[in-house]
Amino acid sequence: MSTVIDDRPVAEAHVVSPRPVLRVPITLAVLSVISLLAFGLGSESGTTSTLALSFRNDAVQLSPLVLNTKGTCLALSVICLAIAAYSFLAAFRFRKTPMWLNALFGVAWVFAFLVWAVEGKSTSLVDLLQGSLLLAVPIAFGAFGGVFCERAGVVNIAIEGQLLVGAFAAAVVASVTDNVYAGLLAAPVAGCLLGLLLALFTVKYAVNQIIVGVVLNVLAVGLTSFLFAAVLKPNAETLNTPPLLEPIAIPVLSSIPVLGPVLFRQTIIVYAMYAAVVVLTIALFRTRWGLRVRAVGEHPEAADTVGIQVNRTRWRNVLWGSSTAGFGGAFFTIGYVGAFGPEMSGGKGYIALAAMILGRWTPIGSLGAALLFGFATKLVSALSVLGTPVPSQFLQMLPYLLTIFAVAGFVGRVRGPAAAGVPYVKG
Amino acid sequence: MLLELRGITKRFGPLVANDHIDLVIEPGQIHALLGENGAGKSTLMNVLFGLYEPDEGQIAVDGTPVTFRGPSDALAAGIGMVHQHFMLVPVFTVAESVMLGHESTRGVMLDLDAARAQVRELSARFGFDVDPDARIEDLPVGVQQRVEIIKAMARDAKVLILDEPTAVLTPQETDELIEIMRQLAAAGTSIVFITHKLREVRAVADVITVIRRGAVVGSAAPTADESELAAMMVGRAVLLDLDKAPAQPGATVLSVRDLLVLDRAGTTVVDEVSFDLARGEILAIAGVQGNGQSELAETILGLLPPVAGSIVLEGTELVGKSVREILDHGVGFVPEDRSHDGLVGEFSVAENLVLDLIFDPRFRKPFGVDIAAVQANAQQRIGEYDIRTQGPGQPAGRLSGGNQQKVVVARELSRPLRLFVASQPTRGVDVGSIEFLHRRIVQERDTGTPVIIVSTELDEVSALADRIAVMYRGKIVGMVPGDTPRDVLGLMMAGVPLDEARRQAAENPTTETILKEGDL
Repeated sequence: MSTVIDDRPVAEAHVVSPRPVLRVPITLAVLSVISLLAFGLGSESGTTSTLALSFRNDAVQLSPLVLNTKGTCLALSVICLAIAAYSFLAAFRFRKTPMWLNALFGVAWVFAFLVWAVEGKSTSLVDLLQGSLLLAVPIAFGAFGGVFCERAGVVNIAIEGQLLVGAFAAAVVASVTDNVYAGLLAAPVAGCLLGLLLALFTVKYAVNQIIVGVVLNVLAVGLTSFLFAAVLKPNAETLNTPPLLEPIAIPVLSSIPVLGPVLFRQTIIVYAMYAAVVVLTIALFRTRWGLRVRAVGEHPEAADTVGIQVNRTRWRNVLWGSSTAGFGGAFFTIGYVGAFGPEMSGGKGYIALAAMILGRWTPIGSLGAALLFGFATKLVSALSVLGTPVPSQFLQMLPYLLTIFAVAGFVGRVRGPAAAGVPYVKG
Repeated sequence: MLLELRGITKRFGPLVANDHIDLVIEPGQIHALLGENGAGKSTLMNVLFGLYEPDEGQIAVDGTPVTFRGPSDALAAGIGMVHQHFMLVPVFTVAESVMLGHESTRGVMLDLDAARAQVRELSARFGFDVDPDARIEDLPVGVQQRVEIIKAMARDAKVLILDEPTAVLTPQETDELIEIMRQLAAAGTSIVFITHKLREVRAVADVITVIRRGAVVGSAAPTADESELAAMMVGRAVLLDLDKAPAQPGATVLSVRDLLVLDRAGTTVVDEVSFDLARGEILAIAGVQGNGQSELAETILGLLPPVAGSIVLEGTELVGKSVREILDHGVGFVPEDRSHDGLVGEFSVAENLVLDLIFDPRFRKPFGVDIAAVQANAQQRIGEYDIRTQGPGQPAGRLSGGNQQKVVVARELSRPLRLFVASQPTRGVDVGSIEFLHRRIVQERDTGTPVIIVSTELDEVSALADRIAVMYRGKIVGMVPGDTPRDVLGLMMAGVPLDEARRQAAENPTTETILKEGDL
């Protein structure tokens, strides 16, 4: 009865790549050459770059790092060139360059750029890192909100709007109650209300998810701008002067040199971000809830046939995701700036969407991508203060340039949840 | 468990998909539900599985009426279903797929070890070789089907519904499935086996219920002969065997050499394929779905660019030409997915009949389309092909599968051709139309056109082919005469070379052959 079927020479399926894929190696090589010519050979010999390693109010002051500009840049360029060469070698042997090497390349290249940019001047490394972390907070929460929704099969373009209403609600509630934690609670509620509309139209009425998302963003911008002009501005004293969240230093951890104060002397929102990434990762990949959510996002019919309520799962996840994004919005007002200003989210919601894709729909990846965007943005502002040889308009392109390179070159083909964007209608 | 369906009626708007259907499924019985595509078999099973709510009638388990509000109720009652399109998440592992919906947990965490153990245990009990940690998308369809069966058995299904389970299998895999079905039935599981394939029904069923146009038209014993069953299924006598005259091959006009086609991921889909084809000859390309046949056909039409190789038709190289140029060179093409690639559903029948012919001088006036000529053409084709339509103005998407396919074939054959390529010409088409389309294709051959038929149905291959090329993983395993036995073809479809296939087929005849040669 049983017939031997497989394992015959004819049967071998094989992958034919007539040419090695050289996209990544060429990118790395071009960047290395730029680094060598512009940063290494382009800097004058004998100059130094100074990088501060402590905040001014730190108890233990570390002496700043003073580097020979030309020497450091040349050394880093050589490392970059070596990685590029290895990448070529790997490509010709049809192997992929490991991810950590790509990351190392990125760090070395950016550091070379930084050292070259502050040639003859000084900047604070810890300030740069802390600024990156803070700028990454709303992006990361927005991306987590996106992960919640898209893993269940709903595209959440409305992250931008959810951040904005979160920021608004946090500012107003914290001002009125004079309690910053009340503001922190109000932000996710506001995000959730916007999410309610998103779920109603996309899940219940199966309207195109992109269109609903865009419309909700416009609604959020219009509503908050109107309320700002009509209500907040005339009553700024009572309605738009929220207290700010105070940084909390975590004992022991915050006294680690360099990274301690950067990571562990922050507000509760930042700690919430650390917690969220851990909890969300475990929940998504290790629990019953996560398995069901992923099934709903990948193959809703399959989920339905084993008795999982597809649309109920989507409702729940859209509300969770919108609340998460709304919570992140609180950072803009009570975590950073204080008062609410119109359109203060400034496109961070869209960057969060890109971060989610760059992070391949995982919480950890999203956080990494958010940090990358945060760093690029912070670097631009740090450099514009210093007055570097690069025109500021070019520098402002940097975060977006980074997105294109990262998505096109380093991530390769990304595959999101198969059913994202497709409404589930039974029968 | 005794399962009864009493007077089940399900309507979709004016269409009555199930009309007062009564069905009794006894414990441990293999109950075949035989009917054509669109007869209402799948609708009935979706009602039974709780996916649809019946408009009338009731379901009873061991004599007690029950109501299923959703699949979870049906699952709880002990009904499992293996859908025609597998309900598996491609990126999940086997263990994750099996546990989904009734997960065992340790605290809040998933207990994957328990799921793995369960997969191993069930896999050993039925002699499946399934790795609990394999990803679904990496598994061949035959194994995916076993995962579906494990999924149902892991929930202690007392009744297992198999919806067209053999559509994606080779004859040998089908045989193994039949063995599994017998084993399950012997262990007390009732099986509802939905199919339109007469051979399989006779091989495995204890009871046969025939459904036509949503109603039960009768039941039959497995000893009933095929033409009797076919007549019940279609409602009139059907000629199962197409008697065609032997081919009279003329000059060789098509030669394909070393054709190499890659998909977007860089995987070889057509692997150095070469063959020749003469005028007045039908070459059938057989193989299990997804072994490069569809891509080969699409490459001939110019839809896919080959990496290497050549396709020469009457002295002209087709590789590198646009689809328009290839059509103009006289290639007629019937695509695999007619509703998606063959027709524009919103367009009228008349428009669809000239879809790729609007540059033809017959249908052109100096400044546009000759609407009168298009209408006249439609009237003529509708008569010639017996297309059942309300008129030439009816949207083609509203026609039945068989009539849609007639529109496509009529269009492609309505001009002189140098080559006719048809992918799955009768997939999802009723038996009556199959008969007609097959006759029409043979007629085209007899006018001297070389014909390539791509088909996964061995019945169709055997009925039409003068020569058969069997493809497996992008290669042609062998080129054999049209009368090659099914067992040999089946083995070749699994990648076994010709000589080896002949030897194995002689040693291990499949149930089908035994049935055919036996004394039933």
